[in-house]
Amino acid sequence: MAVTLLIPSALRSFTDRQATVRVEANTVGEALAALTDSYPDIRRHLYDDDNALRPFVNLYLGETNIKTTGGTATPLKDGDEVTLVPSIAGGRRMRGFALDACRPASAPSVAGGTGGRP
Amino acid sequence: MIRIPRQLRGDICAEGEAAYPDECCGIMLGTVDAEGSRSVTELQPMRNARESGERYHRFRIEADDILRAERSAAGNGLEIVGFYHSHPDNPAAPSDYDREHALPWYAYVIVEVTQSRARRIRCWQLAGDRSRFLRERMHTLERE
Repeated sequence: MAVTLLIPSALRSFTDRQATVRVEANTVGEALAALTDSYPDIRRHLYDDDNALRPFVNLYLGETNIKTTGGTATPLKDGDEVTLVPSIAGGRRMRGFALDACRPASAPSVAGGTGGRP
Repeated sequence: MIRIPRQLRGDICAEGEAAYPDECCGIMLGTVDAEGSRSVTELQPMRNARESGERYHRFRIEADDILRAERSAAGNGLEIVGFYHSHPDNPAAPSDYDREHALPWYAYVIVEVTQSRARRIRCWQLAGDRSRFLRERMHTLERE
């Protein structure tokens, strides 16, 4: 099946700045394998060291996020479009937390300071 | 390098202060020139999708929201050039948690908010080998 992968802007530097990549695949997993075969440097950003898809990588078949349904086993048909979409997460360091506390006992001191709006 | 109008830079700081002691988060939309430099032209504040008891040190922007923002931006000739969030009572430097959930190329702007007041704002980019964040210069534009 000829299918199209839509690449997020962050990963286009690994696909020669192409926003779409056409591959032959019968499943979403095969489509991703074809993508990483063609552009090996993209792999470390999609998969972790255990070859599992990174938690923040979401896959949309059309309008449906298939990550928690069929996932990479989802079958594809000719002309399908699979969109790679990151979910973005983050947060501060855990320094300054007591081991048994959910909240810091006191705010960590901050060296320096501009005293004005950054 | 990333270019950002002073007004938008101030908006990120104000958002961090308003969200304190929780973390704020949002999407930076903009353009990319032929040399690869990114310019922020618009901010889209996002709902912090983490549970209310976790928002003081974590944030998450759902994939559905990012997909919607990306499609909307593309219709206006823009793209997602990065994300911003705040670190309440912590430095404007990425944590390991930030690194584990990041992608290269995007600009990650972090504002340090100490005792309700924005103190520092810094921009970072994930190294290609995912080993660390690299500081990225923010060029503040006086006018949009």
